[in-house]
Amino acid sequence: MFGLGILSGLLLLPLVGAAVILTLRGDDAAVQSNARSIALATTIITFVVSLVAWGRFDAADPAFQLVETHPWLAESVTFKLGVDGFSFPLVLLTTFLMPFCIAASWNSITSRVRAYYVAFLVLETTLLGVFVALDLVLFYVFFEAGLIPMFLIIGIWGGKRRIYASFKFFLYTLLGSLLMFLAILAMYWQAGTTDIPTLLAFKFDPNLQIWLWLAFFASFAVKMPMWPVHTWLPDAHVEAPTAGSVILAGIMLKMGGYGFIRFSIPMFPDASVYFQPLVFALSVVAIIYTSLVALAQQDIKKLIAYSSIAHMGFVTMGLFTLTQQGIQGAMFQMISHGLVSGALFFAVGIIYDRMHTREIAAYGGLVHRMPHYAVAFMIFTMANIGLPGTSGFIGEFMTLAGAFRANPWVAFFAATGLILSAPYALWLYRRVIFGPLEKESLKSILDLDRREIASVLPLILLIIWYGVRPDDILNVFAPATEHLLKSTEAALALVKTAAVTVQ
Amino acid sequence: MTSVTLPAIGVVLPELLLAVGSLALLLIGAVRGDRASGLVNALALVLLVLAGIAVAFQGPEKIVAFNGSFVLDGFARFWKLLALIGSAAAIAMSREFFVRERLDKFEFPVLVLLSTLGMLLMISADSLLILYVGLELQSLAIYVIAAFDRDNARSTEAGLKYFVLGALSSGMLLYGSSLVYGLTGSIVFSDIAAALAGGHGVLFIFGLVFIIAGLAFKISAVPFHMWTPDVYEGAPTPVTAFLAAAPKMAAMALIVRVLMGVFPAIVDQWQQIIVFVALASMALGSFAAIGQRSIKRLMAYSSIGHMGYALVGLAAGTPQGVEAVLIYTAIYLATTLGAFAGILALRNGNVYVDRIDDLAGLSRSQPALAFFFAMIFFSFAGIPPWAGFFGKLYVFGAAIEAGLYTLAIIGVLTSVVGAFYYLRVVKIIYFDEPKAPYEPMTPVLKLVLGASSVVVLLFWVLPAPLVGAAAVAAKSLF
Repeated sequence: MFGLGILSGLLLLPLVGAAVILTLRGDDAAVQSNARSIALATTIITFVVSLVAWGRFDAADPAFQLVETHPWLAESVTFKLGVDGFSFPLVLLTTFLMPFCIAASWNSITSRVRAYYVAFLVLETTLLGVFVALDLVLFYVFFEAGLIPMFLIIGIWGGKRRIYASFKFFLYTLLGSLLMFLAILAMYWQAGTTDIPTLLAFKFDPNLQIWLWLAFFASFAVKMPMWPVHTWLPDAHVEAPTAGSVILAGIMLKMGGYGFIRFSIPMFPDASVYFQPLVFALSVVAIIYTSLVALAQQDIKKLIAYSSIAHMGFVTMGLFTLTQQGIQGAMFQMISHGLVSGALFFAVGIIYDRMHTREIAAYGGLVHRMPHYAVAFMIFTMANIGLPGTSGFIGEFMTLAGAFRANPWVAFFAATGLILSAPYALWLYRRVIFGPLEKESLKSILDLDRREIASVLPLILLIIWYGVRPDDILNVFAPATEHLLKSTEAALALVKTAAVTVQ
Repeated sequence: MTSVTLPAIGVVLPELLLAVGSLALLLIGAVRGDRASGLVNALALVLLVLAGIAVAFQGPEKIVAFNGSFVLDGFARFWKLLALIGSAAAIAMSREFFVRERLDKFEFPVLVLLSTLGMLLMISADSLLILYVGLELQSLAIYVIAAFDRDNARSTEAGLKYFVLGALSSGMLLYGSSLVYGLTGSIVFSDIAAALAGGHGVLFIFGLVFIIAGLAFKISAVPFHMWTPDVYEGAPTPVTAFLAAAPKMAAMALIVRVLMGVFPAIVDQWQQIIVFVALASMALGSFAAIGQRSIKRLMAYSSIGHMGYALVGLAAGTPQGVEAVLIYTAIYLATTLGAFAGILALRNGNVYVDRIDDLAGLSRSQPALAFFFAMIFFSFAGIPPWAGFFGKLYVFGAAIEAGLYTLAIIGVLTSVVGAFYYLRVVKIIYFDEPKAPYEPMTPVLKLVLGASSVVVLLFWVLPAPLVGAAAVAAKSLF
C-alpha cells in the first residue's frame, strides 16, 4: 500500500493512533475514555498486523526478510527496514506487551490522559523502529528518539522523585549513546555505507574494532544495564508509572542485548573475543552483586529492578560465550524476562493502584483477601527465580550451559547468583502475600477484577507455555544463531591465518 | 579600464534592490514620519522577498564581477537565501512587539534592510575591501538597532557595548587585512591565494590570525563572545531574534569562504585555531548556560555553543566539512527563529516573558505552543529525530572523516551537558505547575513558528532538498 511494506505499516500504525487521539474534541471525560479506547484498539491492531507479518516470515531462513528500502539521507544511508530471527521475536514481544500497558494504565492514569496515550503510542513506534531498522543511522534515530517519550512519561506521570529520575535516565543513556554515534560515523567512513547487511559482511580492521566495540559497548552497557553503569535503572523504575516500568524492563533493556547481537558480535568479532573476559567479569559481578543488593530493598519495585539487572547479567554472559547454547539462551532469556518482569511490574501495579505505596512493609497477608492475586504473583515469582516449568528456567539453564563450555569458572560463579535469586524473590513473596492480615488498611482490599484477570492470564499462560515448549522460540533463533556463529568463526579464522602469514 | 556592463547589474540585482529600496523607504519615512512605520515595515518585507526571488533566479554558474571583488556562486546564493529568510522573519516578528512597546519607528525596518545589504555583500565578497565594507555596513546598522529602545538603560548599554567591542574587532580585522595586503600586494582573494601558493612567512600567519579574530567576533565564538549575553539580553527581543539569525549566516559564510577559498594552502595553520575556537565555544556554550535564568541569555549561550558545533565542520577543512557547516547553520537558523517566535508569543498584556521559570506549566495552558517549544529545544540538544540531530550528524561526520577524533569526542560530551539545560526548559514546560496563562499567539508568530517547526520536525522525513542544496552549494566553492 502506498509503496510501503508491512514493517512501515507497523511503524506508522501507532503514529496514526496518536494523531487520532490528538484530534479528539469534546468534554474531558469523553475525550479521556475515547483516548483510552483508541490507544487500546491501536495497540491491538498493531499486534495483529505484527502477527500477519509473522505469517509471512520464514523462520528457517537466516537472511533478512520483509526488507523494504526508501530513499533517505543519501544513496548509502537509506530508510531500510527488515527483520530476521533475532529481531522478529523482539518485535512481537513489543507489540504483545503494549496492549497490556494500555490496560494497566486504564484507571491509574487520571491526569493529562490524552497526552499519556499519545506518548505511549509514539514510544511504541520508536521501540519497533529500533528492532526493524536495517540502517545504522536509522537505528540510532529510533534508539535515541525513544528517550523523549520515556522522559516525558517518567517526568509527568511518575512518583515523587520523578524529575531526578527522568533526568538521570535521559542523560545517562544519552552519554552512552553519543559515543556510539561517533563510532557509527567512523564506520561510515570506513565502509562507505550504513547499510546493516553490508556492514555485517564488512571486515573492519582489528585495531579499529577495539575502539568501535568500546563505543558501542558504552551505549549498550548503559541500556542493558550492566554493572557498574546500572544506577539509573532502579531510580527510573521506581519513579515510572506501572506501564512505564513494564516497557523499561520488558523492551528498553532488550535494546542493549539486541545491540550486542546485531552489531558488536557480528561486526567486531575480534574485539568481541578480546573483550570476552571483561564482559564475563561484569556479568558475574552484576549477577551476584545486584542479587545481594536486591535482598536489602524495602521497595518492591526497586527489588524487581535489581533482579532485572541480575537477569540481564545472564544475557550478556550468554551472548559473549559465542556458543550456540549461550546465544540462544540469552535471546530466550530476553524474551522470557520481557514477559516475566513485565508481569511482575503489572502485579506490583495492581496493589499499588489499591494502596498507593510500594513499601514491602506496608503489605502482608494479602492471600486472605486476594487469593487469585496470590496465585498469579506466585507464578511470576517462580518464573523470576527460574523454576523449571517456567520460561525463566530455560534461559538461565542454556546461558549457564554455554558459559560452562566457554569458561567453567564463569558458569560456577553465575550459578551461585542463580541461588541468590531465590531468597529475595521468595522473601518478597512471603512478606507481601503470606503472614497474618493485620494492617487495617489491607482488610478491605479487593481481589483482581475482570480487567486485571484478562491482562494477567495471557502472561501466565505464555510463561508456562514457553517453559514447557521452549522450541517454539528457540527454533526461530536457531538459523540466525548458526549463521552468526559461522560468519564470526570465519572472520576470526581469517585474522588468524593473516597473523600466521605475517609471521 | 573595464566599464560596468549590463550583465554586472544582474549579478548584483538583489543588492541593488535592497540599496535602492531602503533609500526609498527612508524617504517615505522622512516625509510621513512614524505614521508610516506600518507601511515601511510591510514594504521592507516585500523588498526582502523580492531580493530572495532575485537570488533564487540567478543562474547556477560562478560569476566574478567588479574587477574581481564580487563573486556570485552557488555557495553565495545558499547563504544569501538564509540571511534573507532570517531578516524577513525578524522584521515580520518585530511589528507586534514594537507597537506594544511604543517603539514602532520606521527606522527599524530600514536599518534591518541596510544591515541585510551588508550581509549580502559580505557573502559575495571576493576581496578584502568588499569584505570590510560589507561587514561594517552590517554591523553599524545593528549597533543602532541594539540600542533601539533608547529610554531603556539596558538596551542603550547593549548598543554601546556592541559598538565598542565591535569597533575593536573591526580594527583587528582591518589590521589583519592590511598585513595580508602588504605581504601579497593584492586585496583580491584569488590573487592572495595565488601569492600564498608560492610560500608564506610568519607575518602572514599573524595577519590571518587577526582576520579570524575579527570574524569570530561576528559569530560570537569563544574567546570573542563576551558581548553576546549582554547584548542579547539588553536588546529588544525582535532585535535579539535578528542578531541570533541573519548576521550569523553572513559571518559564517565569510569565514568559510575566506578560510576554504583563500587560504586552503595553509589548512594546517588555521585548522588548529578553528579547532580551539570550536572546542572553547562548545564547552563555554554548554557550561555557562546551566546557570542562566533569563531566557534570552540562555539563547545567547546556546548560540555560542551552536556556532562552535558549526565550526567543527569547518575545522575538518574538507568539502564534506563545508557541506556540514551549510546544513548545520541552515537548521540552526530555522530552529532559532522558531524559538524566538515562541519567546515573543509569551506575553501577558504588554509584559513579555523574560525568566525561564515563567514557562512553567505551559503544556497545560497552551499545549500546541508548548509542544513546538519543547521539540525545538530537543532539536537544539541534538536528539533525533529532530533536525538538530542531523546537523550534528553532518558536522561530526566531517570531523571524524578528517581524523579529528578528540574534537569529536569532546564535542559530543559537551552536547550532553548542553542537553541538560535544554532538558531543564522542557522540564519547566512539561513537569512544573502552571502559572498565569499567556495570551494567544498572533498569526505572524504562528506562521514563523509553524514554518520553523516544519523544518525541525519533518526534516527527517524528507531531508533530500536541504542536503542536496547544501551539497551543490559546497561544491561551487571548490
